[in-house]
Amino acid sequence: MKRELHPGAWWLWALGLATAASRTTNPFLLSTVLLVVFAVTRACRPDRASAGGFRGYLTLAAIVIGIRVAFRVVLGGGGGTHVLFRLPEFPLPTSSGLRAGGAVMAESVVGALYDGLRLATLLVCFGAANVLANPKRLIKAAPAALHEVGVAVTVAVSVAPQLVDSARRVRRARRLRAGGAGGRMHVVRQVLLPVMTDALDRSLMLAAAMDARGHGRVAGIPERTRRWSGVALLVGLCGVCVGTYALLDGTVSRWLGAPALVLGVVLSTTGVVVGNRRIATTVYRADPWRRPEWLVSATGVAVAAGLVAFARVSAGDLNPSASLLEWPVLPVAAFVVVLLGALPVLVA
Amino acid sequence: MISFNGVTFGYAGANAPVFRDVSFEIAEGELCVVIGRTGVGKSTLLGAVNGLVPHFTGGVLSGAVTVNGRSTRDAMPRDLADVVGYVGQDPLAGFVTDTVEEELAYVMEQLGVAPATMRKRVEETLDLLGIAELRSRALRTLSGGEQQRVAIGAVLTAQPRVLLLDEPTSALDPTAAEDVLAAVSRLVHDLGITVVAAEHRLERVVHYADRVIAMTGDGGVTVGAPRDVFAWSPLAPPVVALAQMCKWDPLPLSVRDARRFAEPLREELARRPEPARGRSVVSGEPLLRAKGVLVEYPGVVAVRGVDVALEPGEVVALMGRNGSGKSSLLWALHDLDTAAASLVPQSPGDLLYLTSVSDECAQSDQDAHADGGTTAALVRRLVGTVDPDAHPRDLSEGQRLGLVLAIQLVTGPRIVLLDEPTRGLDPVAKERFAEVVRELAAEGRAVMVATHDVEFVAEVADRVVVMAEGEIVADGPAAEVVCSSAAFAPQVAKILYPAEWLTVGEVAAALGVLA
Repeated sequence: MKRELHPGAWWLWALGLATAASRTTNPFLLSTVLLVVFAVTRACRPDRASAGGFRGYLTLAAIVIGIRVAFRVVLGGGGGTHVLFRLPEFPLPTSSGLRAGGAVMAESVVGALYDGLRLATLLVCFGAANVLANPKRLIKAAPAALHEVGVAVTVAVSVAPQLVDSARRVRRARRLRAGGAGGRMHVVRQVLLPVMTDALDRSLMLAAAMDARGHGRVAGIPERTRRWSGVALLVGLCGVCVGTYALLDGTVSRWLGAPALVLGVVLSTTGVVVGNRRIATTVYRADPWRRPEWLVSATGVAVAAGLVAFARVSAGDLNPSASLLEWPVLPVAAFVVVLLGALPVLVA
Repeated sequence: MISFNGVTFGYAGANAPVFRDVSFEIAEGELCVVIGRTGVGKSTLLGAVNGLVPHFTGGVLSGAVTVNGRSTRDAMPRDLADVVGYVGQDPLAGFVTDTVEEELAYVMEQLGVAPATMRKRVEETLDLLGIAELRSRALRTLSGGEQQRVAIGAVLTAQPRVLLLDEPTSALDPTAAEDVLAAVSRLVHDLGITVVAAEHRLERVVHYADRVIAMTGDGGVTVGAPRDVFAWSPLAPPVVALAQMCKWDPLPLSVRDARRFAEPLREELARRPEPARGRSVVSGEPLLRAKGVLVEYPGVVAVRGVDVALEPGEVVALMGRNGSGKSSLLWALHDLDTAAASLVPQSPGDLLYLTSVSDECAQSDQDAHADGGTTAALVRRLVGTVDPDAHPRDLSEGQRLGLVLAIQLVTGPRIVLLDEPTRGLDPVAKERFAEVVRELAAEGRAVMVATHDVEFVAEVADRVVVMAEGEIVADGPAAEVVCSSAAFAPQVAKILYPAEWLTVGEVAAALGVLA
């Protein structure tokens, strides 16, 4: 039987590729990232119910590109001189700085395409991580201090596939009743209502079952300490988010990024350490972290580091200007670095 | 081991408490069965033992419940996880992980058991319940009986002293139910675990019971030896009903005990005419004739070329293991002729979506272009008076089934298909439902019932069709099919074997007494 890799390794790999994608708008590079993610997901997808749904992320990504371009076409922006076509213009007060309709510039559409593609790539990376990493094993690997979050995630993850089943069942049952046809509201009520009540029932039953089986048993730690550790953890996690965003964005002041990240890590670590003392759990068959895990996570980090370094050297190739309307160049070095990301196909 | 001391509990906003001033003790190593009508609060009583009631459900509990010396007042359900194991009604809904092995380990992980001990206990439990070959299977792919045994195993690994089982066999076919109960009885005898189980299918559990906890419905709870409780309780398995009719004393609870008394009865019945079984309506022309029905899902063939004919006035029982293709066949027959056939699915609640019974009835009249009040009248005929303002979710299982059946009958179908209708019904509601089914047939309809319930089949069926692996393996008159195999035989038939008597009612009629 093929061993499922540690979920953390997949997340590191996906985050690495996402970081790389966030550094570029070059359509060739982004397409390469997409292809790499797609190939790895196809090759390494485990055989389990929660591993479905990658197609959903792909669809969502396509929709994101569509929306981005549509907004540009209708609302304009991005400048340019080459007129593609003209839309009827709606007068808006000039003070708002907005316009609707009018001339659609080739440059602005191309720019939107590049931007949309980047966003779509980030989404697909996230989707791949969700599909490849078993969410339940990830919760297990997470620190025990995040137990309350664990309940919510476990319930969501378990009830979601059951929701699909019950939707199918209810839709089938709806056919049985006379006068099955009806207005759209009717359908929503007939299907959605039973499905939602079913989902609520199931969530409650699962939460009760988890409670009855000792989930979240508290070892003797005073209430005050518990609260403090909780607050520290939450604030810390916010700090980590802000710091990571600031570091990745590149346009935000350097004085925000690093300090927020460091403070966040310190606070959340404190929270976790204090919180972990209150819940004593053990892990059955802990997911080992072996050579494949090292390799998979290392490729992610390498791809991210490679592109960040490359952006320092020649930013132009990574972010081709849309205002020139010429074919972007494929920077070979960066291309090779991204291809490295497909290594998990061989090792996992 | 478990003690209730002056316990009263009511849900928030409810008029009457579920139980009032209840006191009893359950000693270590006893197997107790909780009986009572549907909706009387059996699950609530079970929940009160491990503190889910009221900590999780809300409501007000007064008095004291102690388990193994610990009071549920101070201990949350999670704190009692090492003492009490709780298995809910739908095992699949309570599964936290993905595979059998992980599920068995889950509770130990929460209790912080050392990994080496965990491995050992998982292996022991797999063997104890006979599920070792399932260890790496995905939980969603297991059959009902396997899921139930895994759910029991998943609490056993914590080595609890008390096991709470909420309707452990209701959804199971007779053989799977037997497997589960055999495992439970082994736990009681080998490990001295105290078991409290709520169950409607009394004929399956009563002979295992040391004590019976009877909930009367008015807040009262009586605890006693099975013989004492069944002396007055209207809820009794067929073996008890037969024994009471024949005044056997002491009251036998198992087929084995009853057979010892039954020798004179068998001789007596041999001199009487065979029970008259027959349909009230007999006409040659089948209402439905299907040849070579084939149902395929991706990767599975559910029904493999089956021939079925349904005649007017006939009640056909469709039996077979979980997953043998019964439901698939019913749906296929329904789709053959949607105008003439109506189907009540396994979870009838799926058909209901309005907020009150009267709204549902009105909607049903409108959909079927029937006169106003037709559905409501049907509901009244099927299950008696139902509060028209009640929310369909608040109805008892029997009332909800009646409501859905009424909605499906408004269009005047000639063929009625019922998928596992007796699942949540207590014996009294089931008896009433059996009458309803016979009335439907007497009106010249053809009724097909997919069910695991042997006693219900004995009550209603003219013909029994047994399915296995998508094929029909037996098809014939009910008495013949049912009596020819031990697994499908009702209790009365087992007691009076080799004579083919199926129900207490038949025996009573033959002897000329009122059952």
